[in-house]
Amino acid sequence: MAQSDFAEAGADLELVGITKRFPGFTAIDELDLLIPAGSFFALLGPSGCGKTTTLRLVAGLEEPTSGRILIGGKDVTGTKSFKRPVNTVFQSYALFPHMSVLENVAFGLRRRGISDAAGKAHEALRLVELDHLAARKPQQLSGGQQQRVALARAVVNRPALLLLDEPLGALDLKLRRQMQLELKSIQSEVGLTFLHVTHDQEEAMTMADTVAVMNKGRIEQMGAPEELYELPKTAFVANFLGQSNLFTGDVTSSEKASIIVDVGGVKIEVPTSRAQRHTGEVTIGVRPEKLMLYTSAPTATPGVNVLGPGRVTDVSFSGVSTQYLVAVPGLGVITVFAQNMEFGPVAHIGEEIWMSWKVEHGFGLADEPGIVPRFSADTDTATIATQRRHQLLAEIEEG
Amino acid sequence: MAFAAIGSNSTQTEQVPRRRSKVAIILLLPGLAYLALFFLTPLVSLVMTSLQTPVEFGDVGQYQAAFQIENYAIVVGAYWPHFLRAFGYALAATFFALVISYPLAYFIGVKARRWPLLQALMLTLVIAPFFISFLLRTLAWKQLMSDDSGLVSALKTLTILPADGHLTGTAFSVIFGLTYNFLPFMTLPIYTTLERLDTRYLEAGADLYASPFTTFWRVTVPLSMPGVVSGTLLTFIPASGDYINASASFLGSAQTQMVGNVIESQFISLLNYPQASALSVLLMGLILLIVALYVKRSGTEDLL
Ligand SMILES: Nc1ncnc2c1ncn2[C@@H]1O[C@H](COP(=O)(O)OP(=O)(O)OP(=O)(O)O)[C@@H](O)[C@H]1O
Ligand SMILES: [Mg+2]
Repeated sequence: MAQSDFAEAGADLELVGITKRFPGFTAIDELDLLIPAGSFFALLGPSGCGKTTTLRLVAGLEEPTSGRILIGGKDVTGTKSFKRPVNTVFQSYALFPHMSVLENVAFGLRRRGISDAAGKAHEALRLVELDHLAARKPQQLSGGQQQRVALARAVVNRPALLLLDEPLGALDLKLRRQMQLELKSIQSEVGLTFLHVTHDQEEAMTMADTVAVMNKGRIEQMGAPEELYELPKTAFVANFLGQSNLFTGDVTSSEKASIIVDVGGVKIEVPTSRAQRHTGEVTIGVRPEKLMLYTSAPTATPGVNVLGPGRVTDVSFSGVSTQYLVAVPGLGVITVFAQNMEFGPVAHIGEEIWMSWKVEHGFGLADEPGIVPRFSADTDTATIATQRRHQLLAEIEEG
Repeated sequence: MAFAAIGSNSTQTEQVPRRRSKVAIILLLPGLAYLALFFLTPLVSLVMTSLQTPVEFGDVGQYQAAFQIENYAIVVGAYWPHFLRAFGYALAATFFALVISYPLAYFIGVKARRWPLLQALMLTLVIAPFFISFLLRTLAWKQLMSDDSGLVSALKTLTILPADGHLTGTAFSVIFGLTYNFLPFMTLPIYTTLERLDTRYLEAGADLYASPFTTFWRVTVPLSMPGVVSGTLLTFIPASGDYINASASFLGSAQTQMVGNVIESQFISLLNYPQASALSVLLMGLILLIVALYVKRSGTEDLL
């Protein structure tokens, strides 16, 4: 690969059946992934799901147990790390402690014999607003400053493929926004390919063309941010990206347009096209901001699901919106986000309340019913919903 | 690891505010007393002895206090080749010890990290020679390299060594002995810095287009400099004052005498205490000067 000049365009990245096993632990499991050239790809996932391992495999710092890695159509599986047209912003920064900030940033340029390495390094440092600290040693910088140096050290090389491992995690909100814009503009200017790992869903959704949600070494779902948010296919994605109200019940009727699910005696309609499973016990859901609140029972309208009455158990005001927790007998606790169009909350703790949402906002998940929860119990509403329902059914049978 | 005391961790330039408290002074007191008693007093006595003159019509070995600065001129005039030899041999031994120790320390400290048992075993092997007396080991080498040894005859058959050649009593055997005897002092400090080397820096190097060789040269070596500097000092300083390896009863001959040997014979055989002292003071001063220049050049002042 010619390395004597900056990449003219991004390269696409293809992972084919990549598996990475550490002794006694499978970190990446049969991963297939295609990132088109010039795209901004975000990888989201809980801690320990294998994001860093994926990046290390692409950078050549780790050897896959099986599978192939292609960059720009060229098989690099056996290529040494220093020969790959890839740069990484390491999660741990890994700035050379014996070099000044400037030397750190110029390191990659010097190795490739690019002219005016120092000038280009200064330019990159200006981009991250650290040019005035160019002469310092990394230990003399704050955590956020070190992170920005790490960013500059990778970006300055203009690689065809840039791997970013939580590159903005240590920055405050304002600086993070600014760096996001810088990154986005660098990426789109040259058309480089970015593979960006982040914990910040908002960052992933605002910056990326494609978002992939990773869990236990596999990609659960990937797609455009809106698509992923509006139509999650698994309980894991529904809860990892934003919040969801999930209900489990049996399908009572399956029409061409929609299926009806009986959740603890309440009939809920979900569009067939938005449901992954159409028979037996299924888990369905709706996003909290899609729910409308009523203080009296709304009249039943076709195309609208109504729940209630329920009792408000918690109200938390957060400026633009208010979060209500509503306990509905037979269904459990439902979360509602309502815009603050009035002054203050519209319902108060203990009040009786009804909720509704348009049928087309519901979604049905692909998870097998009754399987072990794949997400920790405290966040997995699906499991909680199932458990509540089973509890309730047991109580009804007893009574 | 106990060796950490030898290798300095100067890669972290932490600036700890120094507070002069009474407690610190009290804690320092035994050390200061020790230094005054066992370093300063003998030093003053040594300098004074180096300026003495022989007692007129006195016995051999009888001297009186004086300010005979010529003693220094005399020993420099008479023994400057021995100084040169001492520093030359010590330098060569330091160089060879470094060349042998660095890969060894790198292997134990970096490559063997995955096998702690191997690491411990190899470290033990590095220190193991210390369990046998220094003199015995040097004598053993004298035997191994003696003219009737298998080694010498093998070298002669291979015509690497001329038919009338020797191994013992040559500069080669002296440098060999110095290298061998001071090797652990080089290996251990380098090992302690390499053992702490964060391999993520090496990965960053590889990620930034540096080949393994470049990464070694630009990242590993600079980060292990504190160990290299302390190792070379711990080897060079004792090696330049050594008088065992170069002595004719061990690996040397009359042609390989170093300053240490001269001091020994002046002191023990010739009872010429002022000259022996003058040589000692000079040797100490020169070593200090060389070390100061070296440390200044290598940019690791914070080591001292
Ligand atoms: N060298 C290794 N040996 C054994 N297990 C490892 C090794 N490196 C990583 N793992 C394991 O592989 C899994 C994935 O690790 P990885 O670093 O990719 O997580 P991650 O998704 O980047 O997490 P985070 O968001 O916390 O950075 C973890 O469970 C980790 O314990
Ligand atoms: Mg990680």
